[in-house]
Amino acid sequence: MSKLKLIIKREFLAKVRNKSFIIMTILSPLLMVGLTALIVFLNIKNSEEQRTITYVDESQLFSDIFIDTETTTYEDLTELGVEAAKVATQSSGYYGLLFIPEKDTITTVEKTIEFYSEDAAGISIITGLETKIAKRIRNIKLKNLEIDLQKIEQSDTNVTILTSKFSGEKSSKIGSILKMIAGGGFGYLIFMFIIIYGTSVMRSVIEEKTNRIIEVIISSVKPFQLMLGKIIGNAFAGILQFIIWIISASLLMVMLAMVFGADMSALSTSSPAMSPEMIEQMKQSTEGNLTLVLQEIKNLPLAAMFFSFIFYFLGGYLTYSSIYAAIGAAVDSETDTQQFMMPVMLPLMIAIYVGFSVIENPHGSIAVGFSIFPLTSPIVMLMRIPFGVPPLQIAISMLLLILTFFAIVFFAAKIYRIGILMYGKKPTYKDLYKWLRY
Amino acid sequence: MSNILIVENIIKNFGDFRALNNVSIEVPEGSIFGLLGPNGAGKTTLIRIINQITLPDQGKVYLSGNELKPNDIQSIGYLPEERGLYKNMKVGEQAIYLAMLKGMTQADAKSSLKYWFDKFDIGSWWNKKIQELSKGQAQKVQFVVTVMHKPKLLIFDEVFSGFDPINANIIRDEILQLRDEGATVIFSTHRMESVEELCDHIALINKADKILEGDLNEIKKEFKTNTFEVGLITDNKESIQKELAEKFEISIANFKSLEDKLKLNIQVKGNDSIPDLVQFLNSKGILNHFVEVIPSVHDIFVKAVKQSDNE
Repeated sequence: MSKLKLIIKREFLAKVRNKSFIIMTILSPLLMVGLTALIVFLNIKNSEEQRTITYVDESQLFSDIFIDTETTTYEDLTELGVEAAKVATQSSGYYGLLFIPEKDTITTVEKTIEFYSEDAAGISIITGLETKIAKRIRNIKLKNLEIDLQKIEQSDTNVTILTSKFSGEKSSKIGSILKMIAGGGFGYLIFMFIIIYGTSVMRSVIEEKTNRIIEVIISSVKPFQLMLGKIIGNAFAGILQFIIWIISASLLMVMLAMVFGADMSALSTSSPAMSPEMIEQMKQSTEGNLTLVLQEIKNLPLAAMFFSFIFYFLGGYLTYSSIYAAIGAAVDSETDTQQFMMPVMLPLMIAIYVGFSVIENPHGSIAVGFSIFPLTSPIVMLMRIPFGVPPLQIAISMLLLILTFFAIVFFAAKIYRIGILMYGKKPTYKDLYKWLRY
Repeated sequence: MSNILIVENIIKNFGDFRALNNVSIEVPEGSIFGLLGPNGAGKTTLIRIINQITLPDQGKVYLSGNELKPNDIQSIGYLPEERGLYKNMKVGEQAIYLAMLKGMTQADAKSSLKYWFDKFDIGSWWNKKIQELSKGQAQKVQFVVTVMHKPKLLIFDEVFSGFDPINANIIRDEILQLRDEGATVIFSTHRMESVEELCDHIALINKADKILEGDLNEIKKEFKTNTFEVGLITDNKESIQKELAEKFEISIANFKSLEDKLKLNIQVKGNDSIPDLVQFLNSKGILNHFVEVIPSVHDIFVKAVKQSDNE
């Protein structure tokens, strides 16, 4: 067996046998599913909560708009007058009291409506009431302007623009959403992988230094072989972990869905990255028809996405983990890594932030720039790929990533080679520069 | 006797710092070769160059007559001063891994390991993790890992550190046995008594320069000062001392004896003047102690380093 293979095998086994790896691998899907279950549960509970809202409508204009729903009951306390109604609402433990005073003009009314409650009222409740009242006031105003309401209703229109590319391919909103999810998901996956397993490579290098085994090893193998073996071994362990996560999480999700028998679309509300409109569209899409979604998935550039994922995953991970390996070699303990971590984390963080704007505008200049810049391209380009990227841009981006990869591995290997034999002194950037010249 | 290792005109710089300045050494086959020098002299750098961990800026290294090539690490066993093992790995598994990195097959590694574990009677450690062993026990495993692939050249950097006297003796005997079985040993240490005891050749490096090299006995001859330690039983010590001081360089000697006597170190000009000295001493009292002062490695080390520092 070649030495590189031996090293990869050892690194893989050392990582996989580690207790924290085993615990993380088993616990993470449970945690994830548990958390989702909790959110679903809370959402269901929350929407089941009953509340009663009382109102005093001195203007007598609104009484018929307060119609009871599943969760909200309205009670008319106009006869009590506002002060007595306040006391009554509070003593019966109702949610709150809406007070609409009698005024000369409707425009004065709309500015003097008040809501009283025990604690500050929930925004969604207030917004709901505001919408109801605004609609009524608008209708009254239209009437006063002698505009026929029916005609207005008849003129209500709902436009859906069918979008397609010049090439004739149909595209749709559902498609865009799928692209966002696919691109964002892939980009985020790479981001997480680089951070988790890059750090793991770094720890493993530091461990060899503190155990003082490093000189024993490199009297048998080249430092570069050791570094490479370590990076690849850790990557295999990472891929294994991700595969276990994906399989077990999907199994658990299916089980969960069966237990709750619930509509899983409630899950989408838990994702903070999605705006309410997106969620609405998601709901429409899932409720709409599944075949359409499947159709859209088929329309995604799946092959391109798959191959670019593999490419950027490898390119990004290998580039960053060699930097992590060099940092590990330069220091004696993990606490000393801080000063060098900042410049590594920065491009990754930028890539993720830029990623949000990429989803909004996949072909803007920021998106294009960062998807070509090699330290951010593995994340940003992946987010763009589902939306279709000109081949030239992909080619430039890939070429730059390959060149950067070789340059960084070259320098990282130099620092690694020197650093692993240096003990005691906490190195500065100046020292690192000196090592490059040895 | 042919040389197993020849180091030729090695120069190594780290930035502006010169770690080795045109250093050459020749290690005879089957010898135990002491590589000595003060801290920071460049010993470890030289050892790392021989192990191909560091590349020299200039100069060449020959092993058994051929220029050093990557595969030669299989013929070298290196025990670095900064040494250790994976703490979380089991002893047996780890030793096999390290042996396979040295090019052994798994089967060979297993049988060799079994031989050594039986020899040291440590077979029960096979499934223990290094962190469960004491420091001395881990050092034993480390020694086995260094020699298990039967290298023809062994390089030990401070081999005895971490061993108690009993285990140090066991290791010393193993080193001698390995030498007898045909291995050559390079021995780097600051413990001069073990150099005295084990080495037949030495090289001394000071501030990047090699200042001394050769057969230890020859070097001792070079450094001897024709001084004799003398013990004379006599009643008038002072007058005899005065008389001797006129003819020779003398100083007060310090050695153990049962009688109260005149104890002196007397330096003679050459072998020719020894009979005169002995005759003179015999005529003055009873001469019951007459020993040539042989310079110790410690003295040679200190003297040579001081000399080269003054140059």
